[in-house]
Amino acid sequence: MSKEIIISVQNLMKKFGQFVANDDLSFEVYKGEIFGFLGANGAGKTTAIKILCGLSTPTSGKISVAGFDAYTQTNKIKHNIGYMSQKFSLYEDLTITENFRFYGGIYGLNKKQIQDKTKQLLERLKLEDAKDKIISSIPLGWKQKLAFSIAIMHDPKIVFLDEPTGGVDPITRRQFWELIYETAHQGITVFVTTHYMDEAEYCDRVSIMVDGKIIALNSPKNLKNEYQAKSMDEVFLKLTRN
Amino acid sequence: MNTILHILHKEFIQIFRNKTMLPIIFMLPIVQLLVLVYAATFEMKNINMVVVDQDLSSKSRALVAKFEASPFFKIQQNTFSVKEAESIIKSDKADFILNIPSGFELGVLKENTGNIQLLINAINGTTAGLTNVYATSVIADFNRELIIESINILPPAIQQVINVEYSFWYNARMNYKIYMLPGILVILVTLIGMFLTSLNLVREKEMGTIEQINVSPIKKYQFIIGKLFPFLCIALFELAFGLIIGKLVFNIPLVGSLPLLFLFAAVYLLVALGIGLLVSTLSSTQQQVMFVSFFVMLVFIMMSGIFTPTESMPDWAQKVNIINPVAYFMEVIRMILLKGSGFMDIWKSFVLLFIYAVGIISLAIWKYRKVA
Repeated sequence: MSKEIIISVQNLMKKFGQFVANDDLSFEVYKGEIFGFLGANGAGKTTAIKILCGLSTPTSGKISVAGFDAYTQTNKIKHNIGYMSQKFSLYEDLTITENFRFYGGIYGLNKKQIQDKTKQLLERLKLEDAKDKIISSIPLGWKQKLAFSIAIMHDPKIVFLDEPTGGVDPITRRQFWELIYETAHQGITVFVTTHYMDEAEYCDRVSIMVDGKIIALNSPKNLKNEYQAKSMDEVFLKLTRN
Repeated sequence: MNTILHILHKEFIQIFRNKTMLPIIFMLPIVQLLVLVYAATFEMKNINMVVVDQDLSSKSRALVAKFEASPFFKIQQNTFSVKEAESIIKSDKADFILNIPSGFELGVLKENTGNIQLLINAINGTTAGLTNVYATSVIADFNRELIIESINILPPAIQQVINVEYSFWYNARMNYKIYMLPGILVILVTLIGMFLTSLNLVREKEMGTIEQINVSPIKKYQFIIGKLFPFLCIALFELAFGLIIGKLVFNIPLVGSLPLLFLFAAVYLLVALGIGLLVSTLSSTQQQVMFVSFFVMLVFIMMSGIFTPTESMPDWAQKVNIINPVAYFMEVIRMILLKGSGFMDIWKSFVLLFIYAVGIISLAIWKYRKVA
């Protein structure tokens, strides 16, 4: 089975002084898959994501994202990725349309493209009627879906989701994952970090990080078999307790 | 270019949607100019004085009447005891004692010399100095009258050989408000420009939106320009608005070229806003920004020569003022508005500030790391 590699990480090291945040990470992410990036707080997930997004330079290792080098081509990387953090990063004092216009604009979309994309994405979320509402006046669940829509507005090759479902209710989380599936079906690779182990079950493949190292990487099904666990929750506990 | 326009568009929407913004833009100049220009004055009126007249003669009464007639002095109390007068000064009800000892008139008439004593509260040196000058001039006036009176009795008169004539240039009536208003305007535009810029950028940090900007292909310089330009416009608008108030309310002279003033102001504001940006790139919360900006502003303004001429500051302070942008603008705005100085008179300040602007903005761009 030949799969197109979209993110390739070989022997990634990131040190802050004496502290080793990422210790010899190597993994590959395939085009169109949902890649779960799990680990306890402080395991080094955020550091790794920052390097992949071109925000931080690795200490050593060979990293390529969407075909571009993480040392020298960070600006090209930025054009080809979308990013959404748990803070959602929408401008609270702008309307939904204005947020779309701004983010579309800075990714170089023209006026027509922005209008079409806004219309299409809002239709999918069934939020056409709310397009002129100020962000601060809408519920958290909407904000989260909007932030996601904005992150994929410029049709990136990869979208990074850093704990996207923090603080939202189970129904909204469920709907959010449906969005993620749809996006992956369109061929956009989804790279997601999460604390919720039930969400890990939805991923195509999952990596688990402990103390800066990746200690397991496989599909949820294989991992459960390997560790003789009923759920990903059990897998995670077994791995992280040692 | 397009990216910058998108950033500007977003900034202007946010600025004008902010409900506290319009009051700041319009109320701040009105309040500052109307209140501070009147309040921040060195002209002294109503110096409270205590009269200790132990002579109680017609001459001593005439002298006291002279003081009473002067607009600068206000007699708080009359007493016969110097001790009591001192206690009045101690309780801060008066700043100046005129002590006329008994035998004053006798001395004047018989020996041609009369002694009086002035006791001045000199906690504030400037005030004490001025009190002394005013009081001495009242007494000198009285002296002259005595001489004229005595001419009738004793020829020949003492003649004044050198006659000094005064002419006050650029502010003929020595109207302190005309001097203060440009200074207050400088504070106004600096305050608005520097604070709004620095608060704006750090707000993006607090909200977390800066993270989203950082992962986008926006370049550092595009972002910084997008943050500078709106507040440059607002600050220049404030300057225009303040000048209109100054013209309508205080009738300040606008002798020099206004385009030159605005050009200089724009360069000055680039420095002030650049400092604001630099502060905010180095801070992570609005509180930090407020404290640091406030400190920087206070030092710059106090040293800028708004109240006291920089030339009378100690040497080292004048050297420090080389890096004080407020001092440049404070000097130049008065030169242009009151004296009508042209570009040739101010080009040196202009060039220095321009270099300063380029330097500080480059530093801000460099310090603004696109790292979350």
